Amino acid sequence: MKYMLMMNHPGTGPYTVMSWPEEDLKRHIGFMKTFARKLAAAGELVLAEGLATPAQAKLIRAGKNGQPATEGVFPESKEFLVGFWIVDVETPARAHAIAAEASAAPGKGGEPMSIPIEVRQVMSPPPVEP
Amino acid sequence: MTDAAESDHLRRLPPHLLRDLAPRVLGVMVRRYRDFAVCEDAVQEALIAAAEQWPREGLPDDPRAWLIRVAVRRLTDAVRAESARRHREELTVSLVPPDEQIALAADAAGGSERDDTLDLLFMCCHPTLSPASAIALTLRAVGGLTTVEIARAFMVPEATMAQRISRAKQSIEATGRQFEMPAGEELAARLGAVSHVLYLIFSEGYAASTGGELIRTDLSGEAIRLTRMLRRLVPDDPEVAGLLALMLLTDARRAARTGPAGEIVPLDRQDRSLWNPSAIAEGVALVSQALPRRRLGPYQVQAAIAAVHDEAPSAEETDWPQILALYQLLGRLSDNPVVALNEAIAVAMVHGPAAGLQKLDALAADPRLAGHHRLEAVRGHLLERAGDRSGAVACYRRAAAGTASLAERDYLLIQAARLDEPR
Repeated sequence: MKYMLMMNHPGTGPYTVMSWPEEDLKRHIGFMKTFARKLAAAGELVLAEGLATPAQAKLIRAGKNGQPATEGVFPESKEFLVGFWIVDVETPARAHAIAAEASAAPGKGGEPMSIPIEVRQVMSPPPVEP
Repeated sequence: MTDAAESDHLRRLPPHLLRDLAPRVLGVMVRRYRDFAVCEDAVQEALIAAAEQWPREGLPDDPRAWLIRVAVRRLTDAVRAESARRHREELTVSLVPPDEQIALAADAAGGSERDDTLDLLFMCCHPTLSPASAIALTLRAVGGLTTVEIARAFMVPEATMAQRISRAKQSIEATGRQFEMPAGEELAARLGAVSHVLYLIFSEGYAASTGGELIRTDLSGEAIRLTRMLRRLVPDDPEVAGLLALMLLTDARRAARTGPAGEIVPLDRQDRSLWNPSAIAEGVALVSQALPRRRLGPYQVQAAIAAVHDEAPSAEETDWPQILALYQLLGRLSDNPVVALNEAIAVAMVHGPAAGLQKLDALAADPRLAGHHRLEAVRGHLLERAGDRSGAVACYRRAAAGTASLAERDYLLIQAARLDEPR
């Protein structure tokens, strides 16, 4: 079964990592790279992507003529997706364990960030009739 | 067949044999049967059959003839299946011109084979195709890569890549094929379009080599192989030689370009003992032969700049005055704002950071660069050299917020963090 694990960041301001000391930053980057490599080596990683900062984000709706209409900047309080993993695992518990590992990514001073990870099951094909 | 089994098969074949044969076989097929889309599918199937059978049964005496024979059989099958659906025979007749129903004796002649492959390249890199379509089609039809390999290289699903290739083939059919070889300025323009596509393939592969991706097709290697092939077809074209030189001189630094954790290592901090000396020697020789021909072009000048970097024993010993002169020359050849940014760095290295920053201020007025993250990154670099730490930190962070490359963002954030530490 496939799960999407989403890491969110509060507000539209710069990512918190942007002001971290060099050592903490390098530890965090190293963790993320190793994490993705480990998931791939375990045969569980489908896709992992990081997203560019919300400063470049736009909200689009179709205008009256069907052409894209921009809704301007986001409200300050909105949460932003900074990146996601899609994993293919045997059990929901395994998806939760992976999410917990991501959540414990090292932050400032090497302390676990405990950043919330949203875990959502990816819809699957219909079950095969017996 | 699984991927592992497929690569295992291919490993036991002489390297690149199938990929090198691909355009030569397709060239013959297209000349004989005209229908590019159908021929291309048939050749692709023949290549897959060869990858399966040759390692098991040994190389045929004439691999090219084997591939042509199998491709013709697949083509015939495809045509039969099609005519069963429509009216029999009609399509077969239209597909195979009467005077070409017997194998052409001219197949063996080197001259026509050269034209066939060039013709294929011109077709796949036709200016009416979008770059993404041209890249995919070139890799498959001329490069002999499978759709799976191309999809993996661009990290898109196989079905998406298959569709992109098939749409590209349709738009080629729509533009109508030209059989006559272009000459003079038209030839130069078409060669320019091909060079651009090959350069994009190279850049894609080179940029991805920092992405920490585990299994991606080696696109820079493919681009170099195809550019070598192009150079054999037009040995007197100095820009094609310049393009090959530029690729070799850039790719020579690949091993030094990333650190142990996959982080970007800038040119001035690279371990030069990791650079590939034979690629540098070949690139330098190519650019030295091309430059005196007095048909200067942007690829030759970029290759010359790369050669100056590659030949410097250390970053400190880099001949910056020569690099500056070359960037000024490049700026006159092509109106490219990124070239102007690099020129500003060279100005700073020769005349000091203040002069470089002055040049940057002038560039900031260019709407193509206003707010561009590269401008901020270069400004950060020059401010750092000028001793303005807090100014540099702010620029690096603005640049980090603006880039869409994760590796580049990490690099810029680390630069900012390094300067921001209290001393």
